[in-house]
Amino acid sequence: MIPAAFDYVRAGSAAEALSLISEHGSDAKFLAGGHSLLPLMKLRLAQPSVLVDIGRVKDLSYIKDAGDHIAVGALTSHMDVETSKVLAQHAPLLAHAAGHVGDPQVRHRGTIGGSIAHADPASDLPATTLALGATYVVQGPKGTREIAARDFYKGFLESALEADEMLTEIRVPKMNGAGWSFQKFNRRAQDWAIVGVAAWRRGSESGVALVNMGQTPVLASSVSAAISSGASVADAAQKAVAEASPTADNNASVEYREHLAKVLVRRALEQASA
Amino acid sequence: MEIRVTVNGVEHKHDVEPRTLLVQYVREHLGLTGTNIGCDTSSCGACSLHVDGEAVKSCTMLAVQADGASITTIEGMAGKDGSLHPMQKAFMENHGLQCGYCTPGMVMAATSLLKENPNPSEDDVRIGLEGNLCRCTGYPHIGKAVLACAGK
Repeated sequence: MIPAAFDYVRAGSAAEALSLISEHGSDAKFLAGGHSLLPLMKLRLAQPSVLVDIGRVKDLSYIKDAGDHIAVGALTSHMDVETSKVLAQHAPLLAHAAGHVGDPQVRHRGTIGGSIAHADPASDLPATTLALGATYVVQGPKGTREIAARDFYKGFLESALEADEMLTEIRVPKMNGAGWSFQKFNRRAQDWAIVGVAAWRRGSESGVALVNMGQTPVLASSVSAAISSGASVADAAQKAVAEASPTADNNASVEYREHLAKVLVRRALEQASA
Repeated sequence: MEIRVTVNGVEHKHDVEPRTLLVQYVREHLGLTGTNIGCDTSSCGACSLHVDGEAVKSCTMLAVQADGASITTIEGMAGKDGSLHPMQKAFMENHGLQCGYCTPGMVMAATSLLKENPNPSEDDVRIGLEGNLCRCTGYPHIGKAVLACAGK
């Protein structure tokens, strides 16, 4: 399958990328690793008239210790996130989850920023960064702004990003030794999660987010509220779907997804509490 | 758009449409048909080749994204004298193929895997090749071949 024809321009820097996207209007799209966008374009589910290739903006590929958080450049590949020693020490949940995206070939090309900007509720890293309370840094013609992950996801493949804005950095609070777990339930290794759970816990504090349990990644606040009020893991897990609105597809009915979410949240919290 | 790439050590310059997929470029512009197209949806791994030393799925990359890169396809694995790459030899000696359709992609993914993890366990090999499907289900021998190539 070959995508519909488009014009291709290449940006050498973040500033140039923003100028090109403004110039080409709302029908232009950024191309990073292309592992979310190109499959949609091949199926003609997306048909941008212009692609602004930001894949060579190397100064947006980094993982830095920034004191209370780790700063991850938006163009950092999944493989670099997975194998980062800094993340292994300070945000191991993110590194581990990145290792579950697609397969090694996909992780060589796909980027954390591309995955988050694509805002697919079935992707692993939107929910994982949501659970971790991450902040996304966005640049646009009016300057830089920060968007909390919990305010970012607006609908299926829709985010708070404006058409002329670019996600440049993901700030992940240090986990400071919190227990964590990433549960991904799928039929084949490289598939999207039928349901997934990213969770961390430090005493009465916790963060739990669900993959593929609605139109957006879902922050399971009711589970965390139950944990902080002293509920057992098993009881807290019963609140797993309070914020979710899953849909049925070939892999699972709504009822099955809800069942999976409760089971996987329980397993995740057991692991994170151990 | 004009692109310049080095493929199996040979420099090429071509004018391509931006929508040209890398696998299409390699097969149709360069005539290197050893790289197969399987699912065409970045699931099966038949189209795996190396871009700057890393295995990628060339059905999900544009040729223009590879501009300036060094690419290795299955045709570039054997020595100039025709001697097989150690991974190819290991696949042959361990019966790591049946119909052979997935083999070029398997060999490219497996060499990339050993570069990143030269001393893998059997599980590492199985997980490391999760992006490559063999519809003959010859996975045990493929795993054996990769471990043999790693000296195990």
